[in-house]
Amino acid sequence: MDATSNNPPVLEVRGLTKRFGGLTAVKQLSFDLRAGEIFGLIGPNGSGKSTAMKAIMGIERPSAGEVIFQGENVAGLPAHKIARKGFGMVFQHSRPLNRQTVLENIMVALLPDSLFMLFADKALTERAKWIANRVGLGAVMDRRPPTLPFADLRRLELAKAIARDPKVVLVDEPFAGLTLGEVGTFSELIRSFRDEGRAVLLVDHNVKSVAALVDRVLAMYLGEEIVTGRADEVMRNETVRRVYLGGAIETSARPETSFKDKVPLLQVENVSVFYGKAQALENVSIHVHQGEFVSVVGLNGAGKTTLFNTISGFLPYTGDIIRDGEKLRNVSPARIARSGIVQCPESRELFGEMSVRENLDLGGQHLTDEARDKQLAWLFELFPILKDRQGQMAQTLSGGEQQMLAIGRALMMQPKILILDEPTLGLAPVILEQLSKALERLRQTTPITVLLGEQNVTFALPHADRVYVLEHARIVWEGDPGRFAAEAGEGYL
Amino acid sequence: MGDFFKSRLFFVSLAVVIIASTLPLYVSGYVLGLLTVAYYFGVFAMSWDLLFGFAGEVNFGPTFLIGVGAYTAGILNNQYGWSVYLCIVLGALAAVVAGFVLALPALRVRGPYFGLTTLVAVLMLQNFIVVFADLTGGEIGLTIPDVISIDAGVNYWIALGFMTISAIILYGLSQSPIGLVLQASGQDPIQAGALGFNIVKHKLAAFVVSAFFSGLSGALLVFYFGTASVGTVVDIAVGVQVIVAAVLGGRRTVLGAALGAIFLIVAGEFLRPTGELATFIVSTVALLVILFFPNGFLGAALSHGARS
Repeated sequence: MDATSNNPPVLEVRGLTKRFGGLTAVKQLSFDLRAGEIFGLIGPNGSGKSTAMKAIMGIERPSAGEVIFQGENVAGLPAHKIARKGFGMVFQHSRPLNRQTVLENIMVALLPDSLFMLFADKALTERAKWIANRVGLGAVMDRRPPTLPFADLRRLELAKAIARDPKVVLVDEPFAGLTLGEVGTFSELIRSFRDEGRAVLLVDHNVKSVAALVDRVLAMYLGEEIVTGRADEVMRNETVRRVYLGGAIETSARPETSFKDKVPLLQVENVSVFYGKAQALENVSIHVHQGEFVSVVGLNGAGKTTLFNTISGFLPYTGDIIRDGEKLRNVSPARIARSGIVQCPESRELFGEMSVRENLDLGGQHLTDEARDKQLAWLFELFPILKDRQGQMAQTLSGGEQQMLAIGRALMMQPKILILDEPTLGLAPVILEQLSKALERLRQTTPITVLLGEQNVTFALPHADRVYVLEHARIVWEGDPGRFAAEAGEGYL
Repeated sequence: MGDFFKSRLFFVSLAVVIIASTLPLYVSGYVLGLLTVAYYFGVFAMSWDLLFGFAGEVNFGPTFLIGVGAYTAGILNNQYGWSVYLCIVLGALAAVVAGFVLALPALRVRGPYFGLTTLVAVLMLQNFIVVFADLTGGEIGLTIPDVISIDAGVNYWIALGFMTISAIILYGLSQSPIGLVLQASGQDPIQAGALGFNIVKHKLAAFVVSAFFSGLSGALLVFYFGTASVGTVVDIAVGVQVIVAAVLGGRRTVLGAALGAIFLIVAGEFLRPTGELATFIVSTVALLVILFFPNGFLGAALSHGARS
């Protein structure tokens, strides 16, 4: 590392900013990337790290700032021009050409951007073969992608990204969906890119998963840099710890024995879910009692949303989901929602071009006029801001207000079990406090049952009676929130 | 590409073309006339598949390109009496220019809007033809003084030859590196961009090629018919037939699109004794194939062959 730090940087990012309408996803980000270095861009979900990567690659046009590659500012160029200058990007989701072989898929990446290339060169085939062997696809290069295991599809993405010998390699969540053994192999591959003198930029959620791989790390939160340094330094940083783990957490769990129902209200038993070849849930079992607040914490990609979508009836699964002793299999998502299991999804899914009031009325559409008015009055007490915003279009609300509206619309359905998926995603601390108070009120004054999915432990623990930790598609810990920091917190940075 | 000449598809295609070329020796002029039209439709459908199957763009207005080619050729012949072949070439070029002018702004919009733009283009062309009836013959249709030939056999061979050459070029293009890049851009434009491909440029090129063959085929068709009318080369219903033919034959196969077109035209004619029911029956078959064999005739046959 010391040897490389004397070289001039290959890539200098200066004041990179990306705004989407009123939201600033990346704010004044600056860093250097040197040849033969692996640099990690780390931050919780919604922190802007992926947007930063896309802005560097030209997939998103930066609102301001410079991306200087070998002395030339490439910010604002389209992606295909930036790619030709010497950038390669490894995408998290792959959509290979399914009718072509692995080798042909790699050859696509080698083709020139020309309309007059009617016949592929022999040399191209040789080069593609060499790359296939290089990333460990040598044995399967004549097979078609649909017949390949997940890890090989990820290798194909690596192959395409390095095909034209880029100086800078951008990798979006290198280990998503891989098993532990595969993580080792992929780490080796990425290290070998560095050893060939490429500059590698990784994006991931937490420091721990890439700590062994990266030379330096930049931790981000809400679009801004918190700290840059060696992985162990960043992990020790107070602000980083607070972002990921929160400060001292006060918990107020009610013991499980205090819930009167003998058979839990909702039982998820040995549920497994696959997306194609990637296993998203592996034998997951959780239960929730009547009136209990249960948090499922886990990093982005651990499987929280999949778990909730499975409960809501959107995904095929093996195992059983039982509510009040009855299996939910083959019940349509609409009926599950109507029967009182209401999900407030991570993406909020508001009707953006309808007013706040119309969104809420849609939630309470099945109620009588009288019951709806009563529910609405109660809701406006819970979230007073929504009352003032009734006539406003939902998409013009701030992020925090949108989240309140999403929760409010779910509550208008008078749920028995409310599923909240990442309600704190991308929200400022002051909004978190308001959401926190609303949840506390629900807990104190209503018989509602809540299942909360969060990667923000600070938010999840104070409201939880019980906590599950979901990691790589499996439940790895279950217990009292008070014991979380001591027993499960370490794996969380 | 080299493998193609050893593949079963190549030998089957070769056999089909050879057999088809002998048909004028023993079938009636009526059947030849039917197949002549079917072959021109086959080129319409193949051109359309290059856009939809490879570039991933749904062109709801294939008849815009066909119509511009057909009417340009027809009007030039009608007004100035220029030679048939010159008119046909100019018709094809007009379709290319029109396609380029339409696609350049249309490809910048995302998703369904591209399709809508192409649909509106057809309506505008239709309107133009009706309004400028002096020039275009309006709703009655345009009479074209010259024809390529009056011999049914010659017309048939021209159509077959034209379709075969178009098929070779379009299929070859679809299997070439450009076809691969087009497929990649159609499937995942963001990744194709990050791999260094200018997606708009490639899709525009596909649109221009598609326009050239559509316009050329449209021009040839009017010199076969001796008339050009909205109902035969511009109407939305004709465009729908082209689209159904391509999907029926098999998306991303190019050659399947020609099969689908021939099936649609021939089946429609054979069912003519059933009167109004004919369209209904053909549409039902088309719907069933699309619902149960979404890969179409050739797609289903190829994937079956690949498995066995």
